[in-house]
Amino acid sequence: MANNLQEKILEVKNLKTYFHTDAGVVKAVDGVNFDLKRGETLGIVGETGSGKSITALTILGLIPIPPGKVESGEIIFEGQDLLKCKISNLKHFRGNRISMIFQDPMTSLNPVFNIGNQLIEAIQAHQNLSKKQSYDKALELLDMVGISDRKKRMKSYPHEFSGGMRQRAMIAMAIANSPSILIADEPTTALDVTIQAQILELIDGLKKKTNSSVILITHDLGVIAKYAERVMVMYAGKPVEFASVNDIFYRPLHPYNLGLIGSVSKLNEEKKERLKPIKGTPPSLIDLPKGCTFALRCKFAIKPCWDSFPPTIEEEQNHFVACFRAKEFLNGSLKRE
Amino acid sequence: MKSEDTVLLEVKNLKKYFYLRTGFFFNKTAGSIKAVDNINFFIRRGETFGLVGESGCGKSTAARLILRLIQPTSGEIFYKGKNILTLKRSQMFKYRKEIQIIFQDPYASLSPRMTIGDIVSEPLEVHRIGDKNSRIKEIKHTLKIVGLNPEHVNRYPHEFSGGQRQRVGIARALILQPELIICDEPVSALDVSVQAQILNLMIDLQKEFNLTYLFIAHDLSVVKYVSNRIGVMYLGKIVEVAPAEDLYKKPLHPYTMGLLSAIPIPDPDLEKQRQRIILPGDVPSPINPPSGCRFHPRCPNAQDICSKQEPELKNYPENGNNHFAACFFAGKPINN
Ligand SMILES: Nc1ncnc2c1ncn2[C@@H]1O[C@H](COP(=O)(O)OP(=O)(O)OP(=O)(O)O)[C@@H](O)[C@H]1O
Ligand SMILES: Nc1ncnc2c1ncn2[C@@H]1O[C@H](COP(=O)(O)OP(=O)(O)OP(=O)(O)O)[C@@H](O)[C@H]1O
Ligand code: SF4
Ligand SMILES: [Mg+2]
Ligand SMILES: [Mg+2]
Repeated sequence: MANNLQEKILEVKNLKTYFHTDAGVVKAVDGVNFDLKRGETLGIVGETGSGKSITALTILGLIPIPPGKVESGEIIFEGQDLLKCKISNLKHFRGNRISMIFQDPMTSLNPVFNIGNQLIEAIQAHQNLSKKQSYDKALELLDMVGISDRKKRMKSYPHEFSGGMRQRAMIAMAIANSPSILIADEPTTALDVTIQAQILELIDGLKKKTNSSVILITHDLGVIAKYAERVMVMYAGKPVEFASVNDIFYRPLHPYNLGLIGSVSKLNEEKKERLKPIKGTPPSLIDLPKGCTFALRCKFAIKPCWDSFPPTIEEEQNHFVACFRAKEFLNGSLKRE
Repeated sequence: MKSEDTVLLEVKNLKKYFYLRTGFFFNKTAGSIKAVDNINFFIRRGETFGLVGESGCGKSTAARLILRLIQPTSGEIFYKGKNILTLKRSQMFKYRKEIQIIFQDPYASLSPRMTIGDIVSEPLEVHRIGDKNSRIKEIKHTLKIVGLNPEHVNRYPHEFSGGQRQRVGIARALILQPELIICDEPVSALDVSVQAQILNLMIDLQKEFNLTYLFIAHDLSVVKYVSNRIGVMYLGKIVEVAPAEDLYKKPLHPYTMGLLSAIPIPDPDLEKQRQRIILPGDVPSPINPPSGCRFHPRCPNAQDICSKQEPELKNYPENGNNHFAACFFAGKPINN
């Protein structure tokens, strides 16, 4: 689906977002590069603290400054660098052309207003519509996200909704102005499995219907396998592998990605193969080791790995990897075991 | 087959209702939360019995009942053939030693002001086992078994990562050499790569010390990986019990089918071909659970009888040994 001819709707280049804390500088996002195409779902995976949310929040301009600071980079959306945009123009993009679905719906729903008012407000903030038109539009949005009994639901408050319904209401808010990019940060982690499936199907369906793009941040490799077309794997603030979903799962070239795949149990597996965990835990982002950030946990580390961070190389077409040993995996001289 | 000497724990017609004070909730007619409503299962010595189900279905309540942290509304719990609800104090003390628990949240379940040495030795002190020196030896030995550095006894929980803290929790559960460990979502709070470390550790310990596990989780892939048999709960009821492989291959209850189908498998090609069943609607409240079969409002196979009568948990021997389900149309495929 997503191929090179497709239009790039977003390009993030060498993005760095640091937090200046008393304990030191936290390099939360440290040189992130990716592009997003129209109509595609891009998955971002990585361990807790690897910089997934901060990447998303930087794109949306939601980093608390201070202690946060965007140190460098470009975020090119519809031909403009959002990092160089005037504040007044930014409002047009953020929350409107690019919007976000959070893990906790209460981060974007206000407990003291009913759902209808919040939807109408979101619509009127960016569209020149009358009260009546906005009301109708709000009803339409509730329909799109699968909330029934809509007129009554317009008058309900968030606390009267179940977790799944709140998530639906937040999605309605997020798509109120037909954004071209929807960033979903762990949109279903707090929900029950059967409700998770409903919400992910909803997001995927909306994406297809409106030909918008989705950035899907999750820990769940199953969710990635099901919905993502391309995947960026992050480790300690840096992308370490970026490729099509099939390459990520069937031809992994970075030892961290390899380890991640070896760590999950698969529901369909008959033989109980022992899981192959990655040893150790991620490093602190304050005192990052000099070389490859993964070297401490990596069973393939060799001398150069301790000296400098490996450059990101397109090892095969559209398959980007930052590892000194990726070539050996690729040509078969090093076994992935 | 089930026989007296292989069964370690058996739960019979166990119920726990939490009564709501009127006026506390706005709904005056609110009576009780049927958190656990007449459940039956047994756990064999040395096996892992998995309990899965969505939030609020009663898994932790079942665990707390077995630990006797709360009193059941009715029912019986047999451990080594004895009903523990009728045990005398001294016998209860022994029971408490043989059954331990590991909690989900390694952050919340460890006191921040105690060193890990203190945390792990607490059970020894409660049960007055050993003296100071022998305890320290025992603690260091146990820390080593769970993969922690014994020299770290004097450190505090905040100095450890999530996975290491969970190892501390395991060490604490292990130190009394229990028979049964109840694991209530032991890896849910951990990163995938760390989850695998802990799961492997738990499997190794089980073999080494011949432990029996009751493994509670909402992640069916994890539960299937560690369990010999699995019970599926829905709104306070057990709707299906089967050996892990049979449950996956031949689910009989439509809820199990929906649950299995809702879980995406980390394999893109397979996932793109897979037909999914998306169960509609929300999980209802356990305060006024639906009549008849509690699953009927969400069930694609529901017929008239399902809202009127409650299906019993019955054996379906043609579907493998000891495969139980509570559904009038058990085994009927779901057509989307
Ligand atoms: N306000 C802040 N001050 C200091 N450090 C911060 C702040 N916000 C985030 N960080 C740090 O930035 C790093 C990246 O955080 P981020 O939230 O992006 O991780 P994540 O990949 O989304 O993790 P998770 O999977 O747990 O959501 C973390 O180490 C975090 O502690
Ligand atoms: N002490 C209590 N008083 C009142 N209601 C309770 C109490 N403890 C549990 N409940 C209710 O009983 C039901 C079952 O709760 P339980 O904690 O056993 O669920 P669970 O299956 O462990 O869920 P989770 O996956 O979220 O941990 C829930 O509706 C819960 O709100
Ligand atoms: S660069 Fe070296 S240490 Fe880093 S992942 Fe590759 S082999 Fe391992
Ligand atoms: Mg995050
Ligand atoms: Mg629980």
